[in-house]
Amino acid sequence: MKRNGKLLAAPYTLWMVAFIVIPLFFILFYGFTDNDFNVTLGSIAQISKPVNLKALWLSIELSLISTVLCLFLAYPLAMILKGKGRSSSSFIVLIFILPMWMNFLLRTFAWQTLLDKNGVINTVLSAVGLPKQNIINTPSAIILGMVYNFLPFMVLPIYNVLVKIDDNVLNAARDLGANEVQTFVKVTLPLSLPGIISGITMVFVPALTTFVISDILGGGKILLLGNVIEQEFQIMNWHTGSGLSIVLMIFIFVSMLITAKYDKEGEGSLW
Amino acid sequence: MKKITALLLLLVVATGVFGGCGKKADLYIYNWGEYMDKDVLKIFEEETGLKVKYDEFDTNETMYPKVATGAVKYDVVCPSDYMIQRMREEDLLAEIDFNNIPNIQYIGEQYLQSSREFDPENKYSVPYCWGTVGILYNKTMVDEPIDSWSVLFDEKYQDNILMQKSVRDAYCVALKYLGYSLNSTNDAELDAATKLLKDQKASGVVQAYVVDEVRDKMIGDSAAIGVIYSGEAIYTKRENPNLEYVVPKEGSNVWIDSWVIPKNAEHKENAEKFINFLCRPDIALKNFEYITYSTPNTEAQKLIEDEDIRNSKVAFPDPEVLERCETFKYLGEEYDAKYNSLWKEVLGE
Repeated sequence: MKRNGKLLAAPYTLWMVAFIVIPLFFILFYGFTDNDFNVTLGSIAQISKPVNLKALWLSIELSLISTVLCLFLAYPLAMILKGKGRSSSSFIVLIFILPMWMNFLLRTFAWQTLLDKNGVINTVLSAVGLPKQNIINTPSAIILGMVYNFLPFMVLPIYNVLVKIDDNVLNAARDLGANEVQTFVKVTLPLSLPGIISGITMVFVPALTTFVISDILGGGKILLLGNVIEQEFQIMNWHTGSGLSIVLMIFIFVSMLITAKYDKEGEGSLW
Repeated sequence: MKKITALLLLLVVATGVFGGCGKKADLYIYNWGEYMDKDVLKIFEEETGLKVKYDEFDTNETMYPKVATGAVKYDVVCPSDYMIQRMREEDLLAEIDFNNIPNIQYIGEQYLQSSREFDPENKYSVPYCWGTVGILYNKTMVDEPIDSWSVLFDEKYQDNILMQKSVRDAYCVALKYLGYSLNSTNDAELDAATKLLKDQKASGVVQAYVVDEVRDKMIGDSAAIGVIYSGEAIYTKRENPNLEYVVPKEGSNVWIDSWVIPKNAEHKENAEKFINFLCRPDIALKNFEYITYSTPNTEAQKLIEDEDIRNSKVAFPDPEVLERCETFKYLGEEYDAKYNSLWKEVLGE
């Protein structure tokens, strides 16, 4: 039986090696070499160039803001979902996941049209006599795009953890004299921490590395590190591009370590 | 055992499905976005019985690595002049057998003449479209005559200007405005141009750096002024009569996009068949009417029914205008890298 299990895992192992391990090896190989394939840290040191450093800080700043916004939007929503009965909550979850079945690029392009100077939102605003909003091609538009695209990745892990909290635990807290706020702070919040941490990683990592959202909603005016890497690869600077990718990977690696520390049982995992 | 058989069957089915996606075509075409009437492809497939696979790119710089690394083996590609020069110098192009392209006779002699700047013996390329780079503006949103690049740097057009997100076109604007050659390899001139572009961005006049979106944004009145290729001018004017196109007095870029066959092409004969097909006047006309980029096919020019367009100064500018314009040259690896890194500084500012 055990041998059969290994056999069944073979396609997945093959897949992982071909599409994760080998590409990762290539990035590391190119990142640590120069054009003549001598070992060097020069490509990684490119991050210290002002333009790259600025892009890195901006990426971190925007993805942190988006993550915090997602958390504050998602947690109450997850609480509401938990409060609803099973059938109505699964309906809301469905509505939530529905847009995710549509292509991510299309949804982001839709925002471009919505936010445009003479776009749908501004037309409606001026029709009811409100001032036009010019947020397209600014960092705010990019944050909006990130929050919109990554919010489900925050809601689902938190919801998954919350529904697993036994109501008896909450009742016990109330029996012992805790009010609503105390129950939340001392019981619900600590118990849902694995979900929160997992949600933060699930939002922070894709937001940190995105280049599509900033390209479409930033009007090409705002360079995140993802855009810099994309550009380097486009002009065939494999070494610089890989070196900068390694820098990004360090950040991803650190946030994964944090997740692993707080979410040992994988309770907060999305699926 | 039964399980294993089922699994094997599943695998066979799965590979069949994936294999189906990668079905071989007889001709792999790589062209600019929105740069061909899709009906033309259908007609070609019907007439020849060949199966065509058609891909698009948005700048020469995105096209180059895919062809150069051979990641996808395209049979026929449509780069611009300076990129053809680079690909020729790097030995990436195959000589075209002109015995297979009798319709080359319909291409105007003057266009083959100008092609010699990047293809000295007319051996590697067949002109497809040509045009200039200029300013498209909305008459209702500007109140002065527009004839100079200087409007792009005028602070009164806050958040109202669309620049090209392509390194050579962006530097063409800055270098020409400063009175330099758009093929400058003078460091002081490039620094001045970079400073100009950075100041322009910092002053807040640039609404966005875009490529193909310029035309939709201009049609939708989202911006007052945009840098655009002449071929888009006829189309945008048709959609929004308030738009006007001008080649600035400081001069600009005149370009030719031509079909070439990469050396690693696997269906060279089909590629030549296709190029010959595109040079047929009725097909060239059909393409012109769809994409509205100036055609070098003199026979097709004569067939244009709309008199305004046949005599359009935008599509077929006067020789004086073209005299002010320069073609792009490939500047060599060192300056290619220099332009790219300066451009990155501008975008990251």
